[in-house]
Amino acid sequence: MKTNVNFNIAEPPDGYKGPGFMATRLEKVVGLARAKSLWPLPFATSCCGIEYMATMGANYDLARFGSERMSFSPRQADLLMVMGTIAKKMGPVLKQVYTQMAEPRWVMAVGACAASGGIFDTYTVLQGIDKIIPVDVYVPGCPPRPEQILDGIIKIQELVKNESLRRRNSVGYKELLAGYGIE
Amino acid sequence: MITNNNIEFLQNHIGIFIQALVAVGFVALVMVLTHIIGPKRKTDQKLENFECGIEVHGDARMPFSVKYFLTAILFVLFDVEIIFFYPWAVNFKYLAASGFLKILIFIIPLLLGFYYVIRKGALKWE
Repeated sequence: MKTNVNFNIAEPPDGYKGPGFMATRLEKVVGLARAKSLWPLPFATSCCGIEYMATMGANYDLARFGSERMSFSPRQADLLMVMGTIAKKMGPVLKQVYTQMAEPRWVMAVGACAASGGIFDTYTVLQGIDKIIPVDVYVPGCPPRPEQILDGIIKIQELVKNESLRRRNSVGYKELLAGYGIE
Repeated sequence: MITNNNIEFLQNHIGIFIQALVAVGFVALVMVLTHIIGPKRKTDQKLENFECGIEVHGDARMPFSVKYFLTAILFVLFDVEIIFFYPWAVNFKYLAASGFLKILIFIIPLLLGFYYVIRKGALKWE
Protein backbone atom coordinates (compact mmCIF):
# COMPACT_ATOMS: atom_id res chain seq x y z
CA MET A 1 0.00 0.00 0.00
CA LYS A 2 1.26 3.44 -0.91
CA THR A 3 1.93 5.51 2.18
CA ASN A 4 2.76 8.75 0.39
CA VAL A 5 -0.80 10.04 0.13
CA ASN A 6 -1.68 13.71 0.37
CA PHE A 7 -4.66 13.35 2.66
CA ASN A 8 -5.05 12.25 6.25
CA ILE A 9 -7.42 9.74 7.70
CA ALA A 10 -8.70 10.24 11.24
CA GLU A 11 -7.16 7.98 13.87
CA PRO A 12 -9.53 5.10 14.60
CA PRO A 13 -10.76 4.88 18.19
CA ASP A 14 -9.52 2.19 20.56
CA GLY A 15 -11.12 -1.13 19.92
CA TYR A 16 -10.66 -4.81 19.29
CA LYS A 17 -9.05 -5.45 15.94
CA GLY A 18 -8.93 -8.66 13.98
CA PRO A 19 -8.38 -9.64 10.37
CA GLY A 20 -10.95 -7.69 8.37
CA PHE A 21 -12.95 -6.31 11.26
CA MET A 22 -12.81 -3.95 14.18
CA ALA A 23 -15.07 -3.69 17.17
CA THR A 24 -15.38 -0.55 19.22
CA ARG A 25 -17.93 1.42 21.20
CA LEU A 26 -20.71 3.23 19.36
CA GLU A 27 -20.01 6.26 21.53
CA LYS A 28 -16.45 6.46 20.17
CA VAL A 29 -17.55 6.23 16.54
CA VAL A 30 -20.29 8.82 16.98
CA GLY A 31 -17.87 11.09 18.84
CA LEU A 32 -15.28 10.79 16.08
CA ALA A 33 -17.84 11.54 13.38
CA ARG A 34 -19.15 14.55 15.27
CA ALA A 35 -15.71 15.91 16.09
CA LYS A 36 -14.55 15.90 12.49
CA SER A 37 -17.68 17.50 11.07
CA LEU A 38 -18.51 20.40 13.35
CA TRP A 39 -20.60 23.09 11.72
CA PRO A 40 -19.69 26.39 13.32
CA LEU A 41 -21.99 29.34 13.68
CA PRO A 42 -19.75 32.41 13.72
CA PHE A 43 -21.22 34.99 16.07
CA ALA A 44 -18.66 37.64 15.22
CA THR A 45 -19.29 41.05 16.74
CA SER A 46 -15.86 42.66 16.68
CA CYS A 47 -12.16 42.26 15.99
CA CYS A 48 -11.95 38.57 16.97
CA GLY A 49 -14.28 38.03 14.03
CA ILE A 50 -11.57 39.36 11.72
CA GLU A 51 -9.18 36.78 13.13
CA TYR A 52 -11.85 34.17 12.51
CA MET A 53 -12.03 35.25 8.86
CA ALA A 54 -8.29 34.68 8.63
CA THR A 55 -8.81 31.27 10.26
CA MET A 56 -11.31 30.37 7.53
CA GLY A 57 -8.96 31.65 4.81
CA ALA A 58 -6.41 29.69 2.83
CA ASN A 59 -3.44 30.21 5.18
CA TYR A 60 -4.96 28.70 8.29
CA ASP A 61 -7.80 26.83 6.62
CA LEU A 62 -10.30 25.59 9.15
CA ALA A 63 -11.51 23.17 6.45
CA ARG A 64 -8.63 20.90 7.49
CA PHE A 65 -10.61 20.24 10.67
CA GLY A 66 -13.85 19.51 8.88
CA SER A 67 -15.42 22.82 9.86
CA GLU A 68 -15.42 24.75 6.62
CA ARG A 69 -19.18 24.74 6.40
CA MET A 70 -20.31 27.80 8.32
CA SER A 71 -23.93 27.98 9.24
CA PHE A 72 -25.69 31.28 9.72
CA SER A 73 -28.84 29.64 10.92
CA PRO A 74 -28.61 28.13 14.40
CA ARG A 75 -30.83 25.23 13.28
CA GLN A 76 -27.95 23.61 11.42
CA ALA A 77 -25.02 24.56 13.61
CA ASP A 78 -23.51 22.53 16.42
CA LEU A 79 -20.65 24.81 17.42
CA LEU A 80 -21.36 28.38 18.46
CA MET A 81 -18.26 30.55 18.14
CA VAL A 82 -18.75 33.81 19.98
CA MET A 83 -16.11 36.24 18.83
CA GLY A 84 -16.19 39.73 20.16
CA THR A 85 -17.76 42.05 22.68
CA ILE A 86 -21.28 41.12 23.65
CA ALA A 87 -23.23 44.15 24.80
CA LYS A 88 -25.95 43.49 27.35
CA LYS A 89 -28.58 44.31 24.72
CA MET A 90 -27.12 41.57 22.53
CA GLY A 91 -27.42 39.05 25.39
CA PRO A 92 -30.98 37.82 24.69
CA VAL A 93 -30.16 37.48 20.98
CA LEU A 94 -27.12 35.35 21.76
CA LYS A 95 -29.16 33.28 24.15
CA GLN A 96 -31.85 32.64 21.56
CA VAL A 97 -29.25 31.67 18.98
CA TYR A 98 -27.78 29.18 21.45
CA THR A 99 -31.17 27.82 22.48
CA GLN A 100 -32.20 27.14 18.90
CA MET A 101 -29.05 25.34 17.81
CA ALA A 102 -29.13 21.70 16.78
CA GLU A 103 -28.49 19.05 19.44
CA PRO A 104 -25.90 18.38 20.72
CA ARG A 105 -24.20 21.76 20.74
CA TRP A 106 -20.96 23.28 21.93
CA VAL A 107 -19.86 26.82 22.60
CA MET A 108 -16.48 28.45 22.15
CA ALA A 109 -15.79 31.89 23.62
CA VAL A 110 -13.08 33.53 21.53
CA GLY A 111 -11.12 36.45 22.94
CA ALA A 112 -11.08 38.35 26.17
CA CYS A 113 -14.42 40.11 25.60
CA ALA A 114 -16.44 36.93 25.09
CA ALA A 115 -14.67 35.29 28.02
CA SER A 116 -14.81 38.10 30.56
CA GLY A 117 -15.83 41.39 29.00
CA GLY A 118 -12.18 42.19 28.37
CA ILE A 119 -11.19 45.82 28.69
CA PHE A 120 -14.82 46.90 28.52
CA ASP A 121 -15.53 46.83 32.22
CA THR A 122 -18.62 49.02 31.84
CA TYR A 123 -22.33 48.86 32.53
CA THR A 124 -23.19 48.19 28.88
CA VAL A 125 -21.05 45.14 28.28
CA LEU A 126 -21.75 41.60 29.36
CA GLN A 127 -18.89 40.49 31.59
CA GLY A 128 -18.38 37.16 29.85
CA ILE A 129 -20.91 35.19 27.83
CA ASP A 130 -20.93 32.42 30.45
CA LYS A 131 -23.29 34.68 32.37
CA ILE A 132 -26.03 33.70 29.91
CA ILE A 133 -24.99 30.49 28.13
CA PRO A 134 -22.73 27.57 29.11
CA VAL A 135 -19.29 27.73 27.49
CA ASP A 136 -17.12 24.70 26.67
CA VAL A 137 -13.83 26.26 25.58
CA TYR A 138 -12.37 29.71 26.19
CA VAL A 139 -9.74 31.03 23.79
CA PRO A 140 -7.63 33.77 25.40
CA GLY A 141 -6.22 36.74 23.51
CA CYS A 142 -7.19 40.25 22.49
CA PRO A 143 -7.70 39.25 19.75
CA PRO A 144 -6.29 35.71 19.63
CA ARG A 145 -4.23 34.70 16.62
CA PRO A 146 -5.77 32.21 14.16
CA GLU A 147 -3.47 29.53 15.60
CA GLN A 148 -5.12 30.03 18.97
CA ILE A 149 -8.58 29.73 17.43
CA LEU A 150 -7.44 26.51 15.74
CA ASP A 151 -6.17 25.31 19.12
CA GLY A 152 -9.60 26.07 20.55
CA ILE A 153 -11.22 24.04 17.75
CA ILE A 154 -8.91 21.12 18.54
CA LYS A 155 -9.86 21.37 22.22
CA ILE A 156 -13.56 21.38 21.26
CA GLN A 157 -12.95 18.35 19.06
CA GLU A 158 -11.37 16.54 22.03
CA LEU A 159 -14.45 17.36 24.11
CA VAL A 160 -16.79 16.18 21.36
CA LYS A 161 -14.82 12.98 20.83
CA ASN A 162 -14.87 12.03 24.49
CA GLU A 163 -18.40 13.10 25.34
CA SER A 164 -20.70 10.38 26.61
CA LEU A 165 -23.80 9.84 24.48
CA ARG A 166 -25.82 10.05 27.68
CA ARG A 167 -24.36 13.35 28.88
CA ARG A 168 -27.12 15.51 27.40
CA ASN A 169 -29.76 13.46 29.18
CA SER A 170 -27.96 13.51 32.52
CA VAL A 171 -29.30 15.28 35.59
CA GLY A 172 -26.16 17.42 35.83
CA TYR A 173 -26.55 18.74 32.30
CA LYS A 174 -30.23 19.46 32.79
CA GLU A 175 -29.40 21.36 35.97
CA LEU A 176 -26.73 23.29 34.08
CA LEU A 177 -29.23 24.37 31.42
CA ALA A 178 -31.90 25.09 34.01
CA GLY A 179 -29.34 27.28 35.82
CA TYR A 180 -29.21 29.43 32.69
CA GLY A 181 -32.98 29.35 32.29
CA ILE A 182 -32.73 27.43 29.01
CA GLU A 183 -35.31 24.75 28.36
CA MET B 1 -48.02 -5.34 -23.77
CA ILE B 2 -44.97 -7.47 -23.07
CA THR B 3 -42.83 -8.11 -26.09
CA ASN B 4 -39.35 -9.50 -26.54
CA ASN B 5 -38.05 -5.97 -27.01
CA ASN B 6 -39.47 -4.87 -23.68
CA ILE B 7 -37.95 -7.78 -21.84
CA GLU B 8 -34.59 -7.19 -23.44
CA PHE B 9 -34.77 -3.52 -22.48
CA LEU B 10 -35.50 -4.45 -18.86
CA GLN B 11 -32.69 -6.97 -18.78
CA ASN B 12 -30.23 -4.46 -20.12
CA HIS B 13 -31.23 -1.68 -17.77
CA ILE B 14 -32.11 -3.53 -14.58
CA GLY B 15 -28.84 -2.32 -13.02
CA ILE B 16 -29.84 1.32 -13.46
CA PHE B 17 -33.23 0.71 -11.88
CA ILE B 18 -31.66 -1.07 -8.92
CA GLN B 19 -29.12 1.71 -8.47
CA ALA B 20 -31.80 4.40 -8.61
CA LEU B 21 -33.84 2.46 -6.09
CA VAL B 22 -30.85 2.03 -3.76
CA ALA B 23 -29.92 5.72 -4.07
CA VAL B 24 -33.42 6.97 -3.28
CA GLY B 25 -33.89 4.28 -0.62
CA PHE B 26 -30.63 5.20 1.12
CA VAL B 27 -31.54 8.88 1.26
CA ALA B 28 -35.01 8.11 2.58
CA LEU B 29 -33.67 5.61 5.12
CA VAL B 30 -31.02 8.00 6.45
CA MET B 31 -33.52 10.83 6.73
CA VAL B 32 -35.93 8.65 8.68
CA LEU B 33 -33.13 7.24 10.85
CA THR B 34 -31.78 10.66 11.82
CA HIS B 35 -35.25 11.67 12.94
CA ILE B 36 -35.58 8.52 15.03
CA ILE B 37 -32.15 8.21 16.63
CA GLY B 38 -30.78 11.77 16.48
CA PRO B 39 -30.73 13.75 19.72
CA LYS B 40 -33.32 16.47 19.86
CA ARG B 41 -35.03 18.83 22.19
CA LYS B 42 -38.48 20.13 21.46
CA THR B 43 -39.32 23.03 23.70
CA ASP B 44 -41.26 26.21 22.97
CA GLN B 45 -38.09 28.27 23.34
CA LYS B 46 -36.28 26.15 20.80
CA LEU B 47 -39.05 25.83 18.23
CA GLU B 48 -39.85 29.52 18.23
CA ASN B 49 -39.35 31.23 14.85
CA PHE B 50 -35.79 32.42 14.36
CA GLU B 51 -35.53 36.00 13.22
CA CYS B 52 -31.90 36.68 14.07
CA GLY B 53 -32.77 36.83 17.74
CA ILE B 54 -35.25 39.67 17.35
CA GLU B 55 -38.69 39.23 18.87
CA VAL B 56 -41.22 37.97 16.38
CA HIS B 57 -44.23 40.19 15.81
CA GLY B 58 -47.12 39.81 13.39
CA ASP B 59 -47.80 37.10 10.87
CA ALA B 60 -45.87 36.40 7.69
CA ARG B 61 -49.17 35.88 5.86
CA MET B 62 -50.40 39.44 5.82
CA PRO B 63 -51.90 41.08 2.74
CA PHE B 64 -49.68 43.51 0.88
CA SER B 65 -50.15 45.60 -2.23
CA VAL B 66 -50.40 43.70 -5.50
CA LYS B 67 -48.23 46.41 -7.09
CA TYR B 68 -45.09 44.70 -5.77
CA PHE B 69 -46.10 41.42 -7.38
CA LEU B 70 -46.99 43.01 -10.72
CA THR B 71 -43.75 44.96 -10.91
CA ALA B 72 -41.69 41.92 -9.96
CA ILE B 73 -43.37 39.51 -12.35
CA LEU B 74 -43.23 41.99 -15.26
CA PHE B 75 -39.58 42.60 -14.51
CA VAL B 76 -38.84 38.86 -14.64
CA LEU B 77 -40.80 38.49 -17.89
CA PHE B 78 -39.06 41.29 -19.76
CA ASP B 79 -35.71 40.52 -18.18
CA VAL B 80 -35.80 37.01 -19.60
CA GLU B 81 -36.85 38.44 -22.95
CA ILE B 82 -33.74 40.64 -22.98
CA ILE B 83 -31.58 37.56 -22.36
CA PHE B 84 -32.92 36.02 -25.59
CA PHE B 85 -31.64 39.05 -27.46
CA TYR B 86 -28.01 38.44 -26.53
CA PRO B 87 -27.26 35.51 -28.87
CA TRP B 88 -29.08 37.32 -31.66
CA ALA B 89 -27.14 40.54 -31.04
CA VAL B 90 -23.83 38.66 -31.05
CA ASN B 91 -24.68 37.01 -34.38
CA PHE B 92 -26.47 40.04 -35.81
CA LYS B 93 -24.42 40.25 -39.03
CA TYR B 94 -24.38 36.50 -39.62
CA LEU B 95 -28.16 36.10 -39.18
CA ALA B 96 -28.80 39.17 -41.36
CA ALA B 97 -32.34 39.94 -42.60
CA SER B 98 -33.87 36.54 -41.86
CA GLY B 99 -32.64 36.74 -38.25
CA PHE B 100 -34.09 40.23 -37.93
CA LEU B 101 -37.43 38.99 -39.22
CA LYS B 102 -37.49 36.15 -36.69
CA ILE B 103 -36.66 38.42 -33.81
CA LEU B 104 -39.46 40.74 -34.94
CA ILE B 105 -41.88 37.81 -34.83
CA PHE B 106 -40.62 37.14 -31.31
CA ILE B 107 -40.74 40.72 -30.09
CA ILE B 108 -44.01 41.96 -31.60
CA PRO B 109 -46.35 39.84 -29.45
CA LEU B 110 -44.30 40.81 -26.40
CA LEU B 111 -44.48 44.49 -27.31
CA LEU B 112 -48.23 44.13 -27.73
CA GLY B 113 -48.26 42.69 -24.22
CA PHE B 114 -46.15 45.58 -23.01
CA TYR B 115 -48.54 48.07 -24.60
CA TYR B 116 -51.41 46.30 -22.84
CA VAL B 117 -49.56 46.48 -19.51
CA ILE B 118 -48.94 50.21 -19.95
CA ARG B 119 -52.54 50.91 -20.97
CA LYS B 120 -53.85 48.95 -18.02
CA GLY B 121 -51.67 51.08 -15.77
CA ALA B 122 -49.96 48.09 -14.15
CA LEU B 123 -46.71 50.01 -13.77
CA LYS B 124 -48.28 53.13 -12.25
CA TRP B 125 -47.06 53.24 -8.68
CA GLU B 126 -49.04 56.10 -7.19
